[in-house]
Amino acid sequence: MTEAGTPTPARRRRQDPLIPAGPVRASAHVCMAAGCLSMQADTVFDSLCERVTARGLTDVAVKRVGCLGLCAAGPLVAVPETGRLFDRVAAGDDAALDGVVDGLAGGEGGRPIATDPFFSHQVKVVLEHCGQIDPERVEDYVAVGGYESLTKAVTTMTPAEVLGEVTRSGIRGRGGAGYPTGLKWTTVAKTDSPHGKYVVCNGDEGDPGAFMDRSVLESSPQQVLEGMAIAGYAVGANHGYVYVRAEYPLAVKRLTTAIRQAEHAGLLGPRIADTSFGFDVEIRIGAGAFVCGEETALIASIEGGRGTPRPRPPYPAASGLWGKPTLINNVETLASIPTIIGRGAEWYSAIGSGKSLGTKVFALAGSVVNTGLIEVPLGLTLREIVFEIGGGLPGGGKFKAVQTGGPSGGCMPESLLDMAVDYESLAQAGSIMGSGGMIVMDDGTCMVDVAKFFMDFCREESCGKCIPCRVGTTQMYGLLDRITRGLASRDELAELESLAGMVRDTSLCGLGQGSPNPVVSTLRYFRDEYMAHIDDHLCPAGVCKMEPREAALAAGEVAP
Amino acid sequence: MSVLTLTIEGRDVAGQTGHTILQVARENGIPIPTLCHLQGLSDVGACRLCVVEVEGQRKLFPACVTTIDEGMKVTVNSERLAAHRRRIVELLFTERNHICSVCIADRNCELQDLAVAVGLTHFELPLLSPQAVVDATHERFGIDHNRCVLCTRCVRVCDEIEGAHTWDVMGRGTEARLITDLGIPWGDSNTCTSCGKCVQVCPTGALFEKGRSVAEARHRRPYLPYLVAHEGRTR
Amino acid sequence: MTVAADAPPASPPRDDKRWRQVDVRIRRLGARPDALIEVLHTVQEVFGYLDDDALSYVSEALSVPPSRVLGVATFYSHFVRKPQGEHTCVVCMGTACYINGAGAILNRIHDTLGIDAGATTSDGRISLLRARCLGACSMAPAVVIDDEVHGRLSPDAVQHMLEAL
Repeated sequence: MTEAGTPTPARRRRQDPLIPAGPVRASAHVCMAAGCLSMQADTVFDSLCERVTARGLTDVAVKRVGCLGLCAAGPLVAVPETGRLFDRVAAGDDAALDGVVDGLAGGEGGRPIATDPFFSHQVKVVLEHCGQIDPERVEDYVAVGGYESLTKAVTTMTPAEVLGEVTRSGIRGRGGAGYPTGLKWTTVAKTDSPHGKYVVCNGDEGDPGAFMDRSVLESSPQQVLEGMAIAGYAVGANHGYVYVRAEYPLAVKRLTTAIRQAEHAGLLGPRIADTSFGFDVEIRIGAGAFVCGEETALIASIEGGRGTPRPRPPYPAASGLWGKPTLINNVETLASIPTIIGRGAEWYSAIGSGKSLGTKVFALAGSVVNTGLIEVPLGLTLREIVFEIGGGLPGGGKFKAVQTGGPSGGCMPESLLDMAVDYESLAQAGSIMGSGGMIVMDDGTCMVDVAKFFMDFCREESCGKCIPCRVGTTQMYGLLDRITRGLASRDELAELESLAGMVRDTSLCGLGQGSPNPVVSTLRYFRDEYMAHIDDHLCPAGVCKMEPREAALAAGEVAP
Repeated sequence: MSVLTLTIEGRDVAGQTGHTILQVARENGIPIPTLCHLQGLSDVGACRLCVVEVEGQRKLFPACVTTIDEGMKVTVNSERLAAHRRRIVELLFTERNHICSVCIADRNCELQDLAVAVGLTHFELPLLSPQAVVDATHERFGIDHNRCVLCTRCVRVCDEIEGAHTWDVMGRGTEARLITDLGIPWGDSNTCTSCGKCVQVCPTGALFEKGRSVAEARHRRPYLPYLVAHEGRTR
Repeated sequence: MTVAADAPPASPPRDDKRWRQVDVRIRRLGARPDALIEVLHTVQEVFGYLDDDALSYVSEALSVPPSRVLGVATFYSHFVRKPQGEHTCVVCMGTACYINGAGAILNRIHDTLGIDAGATTSDGRISLLRARCLGACSMAPAVVIDDEVHGRLSPDAVQHMLEAL
């Protein structure tokens, strides 16, 4: 399959942000994240600048900012001074554009952010600066306290104290598996390496339906770089890599700008904050392979090879990039670090519940009114996320399932809506936290078809190294395909279940081991749909096209 | 180097630090099926046939790359492992064309031996039967991609022992194929030294010497450890 | 394949000034073998695709065996080995797009243009591609036509847009 990414933003002369010389009465924050940008947010920005100037509003600022979250209603413009959000400010929509300018001039209009349920349930740690700062201006990040945590760490704390703080915060890897971050850092820190260590930021967000890392990289890239530098200080590494998908050209561009600006400002590079600690960062661009999100495959890819995983141990913490101890953390994990160091472990661990502390960013999509990017304390229920923050299903649709964890995750039915969203509960329900994609499905969705969709994904993304994943996913896909065409027998369903167990147990890496999850979880909660396809020769959701029953009978595949 | 004690299949055995479960098991005459492993080459842990159970661990471990620990209790044969291994071999048989009766490696094939060893008598799964090509452009050797199991022994021997790196794998998933140089016919390769090591290490009839007919292929696999040992001496 | 220390430096396969851009990139990356993916990105940016001549040159310039270069170039789906059409149409097949009808859109394009995803029409006008996920999930189903993202589409709407090209 040929894969393509989003287009590189067209090269056009950039209008400078409007920043008044004197005190600012009100400022328009125009969302420039990928979603709004694809709805001509850049034109909206230009028009607003023109209109503000034309009105002679000299104490009003117009800024480009990162993701404002409510992607469903873009293009978005926020006015933080009045706490109002203007949605659907389409380019060329004079009424909407004037509405924003009126709002800046002291008028009413827009929706209040503080009381809007989409925003009021959220707790922003990772997304604290998203939508507040211009991602392409390091001054903006510094103005909101950026790099203070790094300075605090390198000038007032020992590496051991930083490790202790991260460990006590209770944060776990936000990339999927939920491995305790402090433990990972400590392992790398304890491994002696006379020839250096590395910090790698995993931004190979491959889960379909997930765009959290992308939004963070596009909206607050300096925060990720600061997190990496703190990690470098704690574990004893002076060099970092950010691995970003080629499908995210805007993230690559903003990150490149961010690295250049941070180095220029002396925030990264040699002798940070006049100490002996130095840290530099390079970007590596992926080339379209889901498996590269697996850490050993990611290492192989950074080293310029085929992104095939290798058996662990040895773990990258002991032997990673070029055989050196390597700390690999996900974008979101690293973006949480400046706050943990800045506000302290106790502050952070007060958020969340049980063994799942802190906040998690989710990308809410599918059949839900408020699609977009949200950050919530761990432990909120699925119902709160889907119905309160998400605003329920559009057009009064009937809820059927919510999928988390992408191709390695599972589908949770209505009966689990009151389950708390934390690592343990999700695992118990047969899914995983994953990187944070959350797709809401209504009753027009066929769960067997969803299982087939994910299996197709895994089979195409399998690197082909180990037999269970390479051939097992292809065979499972074939069986699912037969079920969706009404050709499968009960024996074949049994075969599918047996293969699922074997592929999970014997595959080399997480992609293979997790690939049966969508099948297993839909079989657990929606078995009747499978049986309807097999026994009754019909797709209850009306999605699958059944082959004529005669064809199936003639082939001797189903019992008469 | 210190000596560690552990149990494999209920037997108390000893091995050196850094040795793998497979090494220690074989030293003690405990068989573990393997396919991608070949002594003298680096291990990749890809075929998953050698997975074993370790007491107290939920995960299965590939014996070829898992080093031993003091007090480890390893199970090599269990009902679950037997079923998994049978499935893995079945998957291989269904992936491409492995009809033994017309294969030059018949009765001299590790895949065939594995099928017997794991008790694979019939296939539950459909054959995928892709139409793969045969490249007979090399003067002395040929490759039948229909018989290839992607164990990558040829890739490794060519890179690690011969130093030519003529072979590699292109594509991914079930589309993965062995290639010579930039996917050119083997006979046109200018990196191939025609040493024939790849043919010797091939577990099936994929890589063959020309001029042999059905069931006549004779791999000389045991020569590899000698070669490695010899190189070690002269270095 | 190894390049002897005294071997002359590799020379570009064609007399095309654009190779200079590639050479600059190779030099900046120190011609290290681990720069392979970065260099392939550059070649594709400059020429639009990776042909055998280009792979052969990269192999020599970075001292990476040719089979490894091809192995890497074919492992990653971002790399293409054939020139692309005048226009590109990318259908997002992410989960949100899929459950909102991306399949029907893809089928309609297939019927309209007579090509599968990954192919280019015989007149070289339009290339049809599939994307794993563009992260435009909030506008599902999404299609990118000539670098412009369009959201909340129906098969009819996509057909109209393609016919207007």
